[in-house]
Amino acid sequence: MSLILDVDHVGKTFVQGGLLSRREVEAVRDVSFSLDAERPEILSVVGESGSGKSTLAAMVLGRLVPTRGRILFEGGDVAAIRSRAGRRAFMARVQPVLQNPFEAFNPLKRVDRYLFATAANFVVGGGRTRAAIEERVDRALVEVGLTLAEVRGRFPHELSGGQLQRTAIARALIPEPRLLVADEPVSMVDASLRMAIVNLFGALRDRLGLSIIYITHDLATAYYISDRILIMRKGEVVERGAARAVLDNPQHPYSIALKQAVLTPDFG
Amino acid sequence: MPTAVLQTPPAPAAAEPVLVVDRLRAYYRTHAFGLDRDIRAVDDISLTVAPGEVYGIAGESSSGKTTLIKTIVGAIRPPLAVVGGSVRFRFGGEIRDIYALTPAELQTIRWRHLSCILQGSMNVLNPVRQIRHSFQDFAFPHMGLKPAAFWQAVRAHLARLDLDPAVLDSYPHQLSGGMRQRTTIALATVCTPEFIVADEPTTALDVIVQRDVLTMLRDIQRRLGSSFLFVTHDMSVHATVSDRVGIVYAGRLVEEAETPTLFRGALHPYTQHLVASLPRIGDTTRRASLPGRPPSLADPPSGCRFHPRCPLAMDVCREKVPALVEAAPRHRVACFAVSGAPS
Repeated sequence: MSLILDVDHVGKTFVQGGLLSRREVEAVRDVSFSLDAERPEILSVVGESGSGKSTLAAMVLGRLVPTRGRILFEGGDVAAIRSRAGRRAFMARVQPVLQNPFEAFNPLKRVDRYLFATAANFVVGGGRTRAAIEERVDRALVEVGLTLAEVRGRFPHELSGGQLQRTAIARALIPEPRLLVADEPVSMVDASLRMAIVNLFGALRDRLGLSIIYITHDLATAYYISDRILIMRKGEVVERGAARAVLDNPQHPYSIALKQAVLTPDFG
Repeated sequence: MPTAVLQTPPAPAAAEPVLVVDRLRAYYRTHAFGLDRDIRAVDDISLTVAPGEVYGIAGESSSGKTTLIKTIVGAIRPPLAVVGGSVRFRFGGEIRDIYALTPAELQTIRWRHLSCILQGSMNVLNPVRQIRHSFQDFAFPHMGLKPAAFWQAVRAHLARLDLDPAVLDSYPHQLSGGMRQRTTIALATVCTPEFIVADEPTTALDVIVQRDVLTMLRDIQRRLGSSFLFVTHDMSVHATVSDRVGIVYAGRLVEEAETPTLFRGALHPYTQHLVASLPRIGDTTRRASLPGRPPSLADPPSGCRFHPRCPLAMDVCREKVPALVEAAPRHRVACFAVSGAPS
């Protein structure tokens, strides 16, 4: 069995304050999980704000170096990537989708600029003509239900939050990655679109064989789409397993509290 | 069911409404390179809100929800312009037409009678000043109290909302997102306004904090007897807090009913889709998302704006605009498939 991602007893400690008042905050504590290369899946990581979900995502993306433990992506240590070329090769395989699309795009720059820059970075070989790049960008946009014609030349404020988030996902799809790390990708979009994006994740998994780490606090969509789930609290994994089994019958008191806090839209 | 705690019986409909919005139209008007463009973000919307009622507004992104409430509270800046219709509030038995007021008169109504909790409103707190300054800047001029009495009122209000008065001495970054949101709610309600407009107040909060914030809002609403206009795209939030819900699609109100009616027996195909698309724990049936995408408000489809995505679309839907008519008592819907096509 080959692993696409192996998170091995990973911890992250942040140090706050300076010389006089030094305080350590353990954001992630001894987290382990792995993703199988043969079986693409959606792994949900759920928990309240401050549970270390985003720190974990940042470590998987190689943005933060773990204090303890190792993260191996396709056998290579993520923290050991130093060179520009190595970083680029890694980012072609692992792409982020961020929480707030309004913050992900510079308001003073046109949105398509990011798409073209990503395409220019990652489209390799002789196909780096303007037309090839545009074709690639358009293909990625079509995957998320947009077209290049709609996005071209627009500034972030001219697009709705949902359109921006779809653009952000399209941008992540341009290098044709293996793993998508989506940090709260649907918390800013409405219900219909939320299902569209979550269904899109399912389709990307099934069609492109993409593994997705889906970080969320929305238990209902985690239940709906994910194969496995990790429930985190204060940096630790308190419960894990097959998503539906865990959420149908949570064991840890925190998981139970989390499930109870979900608003149910049922009337009688 | 824990949700039941937050449910209250719907407010009596008989009382004089606090807010009457009549045939409101507000467009973003741009004139560039000799080209005039209207973005019809609010197009012919009429609704009323009764005293003590929580009126929810739902709809997808870019359907004009935020523009609608901006127009209702009179926060209109170019290129947004009110093209027609009126917004009247009834404060203390006196009817105030928002668009007939001078800026100075509007100023006397804001905060005291009408206040807002906006999307990402934790960002209204100045990051480099202690929270006390935000209270002083926003609320003090409207309260008409001497400083000592003002601070006493603020502390009493915070205590009533189970917030530690020590938050006044904190900087915003020292508080969690949920605490900041609760502080801004305290700020918006400290003058005990009669009407509160809340735009996505819990979006981007996690489930546990969201529940706390909603419980707090509902509690304040009950205690002050205020009316709420509650805007969120999240139908499960509406199920929890709103007495009545109006569904906005592409700048128009397409359906309006009491919340249980809307969830059990929605008539408009768009509302039916919204309700059916909600994921639930324990249910893994596939949720379809609507085909197509939200229409451009600059060039909306002819006739019923939903027709390109509607499973029931008929010829008449492409030509005529369905009026919002009463299909049952307190249940209005704008759909030819429900009301029958005009002859």
